[in-house]
Amino acid sequence: MSTEAGHIDAAGKKIGMWLFLFSEILFFGGMFLLYAIYRYKYSLDFHNAAAAENIVLGTVNTAILLTSSLCIALSISAIRRGERFFSSWLQLVTVVMGLAFLVIKYFEWMAKITVGIYPNSPILLKLQEGEILFFGLYYVMTGLHGLHVLVGCVVISFMLYFTLTRTIERNNFARLENTGLYWHFVDIVWIYLYPLFYLIT
Amino acid sequence: MNEPTQETHIVPARTYTAVWLVLLVLLAATLAIAKLQLLARYSVLGSLLIATAKAGLVLAFFMHLKYEKRFLKGLLALTLSALTLLIGMTFVDVWYR
Repeated sequence: MSTEAGHIDAAGKKIGMWLFLFSEILFFGGMFLLYAIYRYKYSLDFHNAAAAENIVLGTVNTAILLTSSLCIALSISAIRRGERFFSSWLQLVTVVMGLAFLVIKYFEWMAKITVGIYPNSPILLKLQEGEILFFGLYYVMTGLHGLHVLVGCVVISFMLYFTLTRTIERNNFARLENTGLYWHFVDIVWIYLYPLFYLIT
Repeated sequence: MNEPTQETHIVPARTYTAVWLVLLVLLAATLAIAKLQLLARYSVLGSLLIATAKAGLVLAFFMHLKYEKRFLKGLLALTLSALTLLIGMTFVDVWYR
């Protein structure tokens, strides 16, 4: 293992990032398991509760995240070709799309909260057991996913700063690459949340 | 710089854009199947298969897994096997309780 000055162990950094993502897979996996079990036990309640979801907003948010994933992937290719400004621009677009996702999520949550559907609300507690569980899982899973999107926006903003100040450059882009891996992972989690909460009725 | 660090090839923008277009087509397909109830009672299976196809594309191209060494692919397979085992064993418990 050489530790000579200037040597960057990009491969090691990348494996470290993947190990973190494996722990994230199991973290979200536990919640997907809960969803699967309760859906199996309360099929009809889940079917009825899912009808309350706004498919249009869910679909728009999916398209936004898929497009933001494209942007961050392109930004890494750009920096490797030495196109610093194009790469910075793409990172900025990614952050803006992440924020747009969260704004839409806010309106979605508020639409539910204003009609009295939020954890432990008197209206929610009068519903069927399976419906209570559905909305509980909805808030926990989309909430934790939203938190990941927020963290992603903050981290990409730092990458944007590093790119503009030339800390990230053509031959030193491991940080940006690993940030991209994280952002794509968050995208994959949403790819599964979308059918489970919006489509399966 | 010193020696080239882990030279992997740069994925062309064309490839990324093509993958993105396929992802959007799959999104439209899964929405159409759900709204028009094209698969009737197989709709759950259908949406999950499409979601898995989308996740596979993101993993293979956006996350570069297609161009990685077998070591990393093996680690991912190990993690997904552990998750499958966890879900499978829990379901066996629920079914035979």
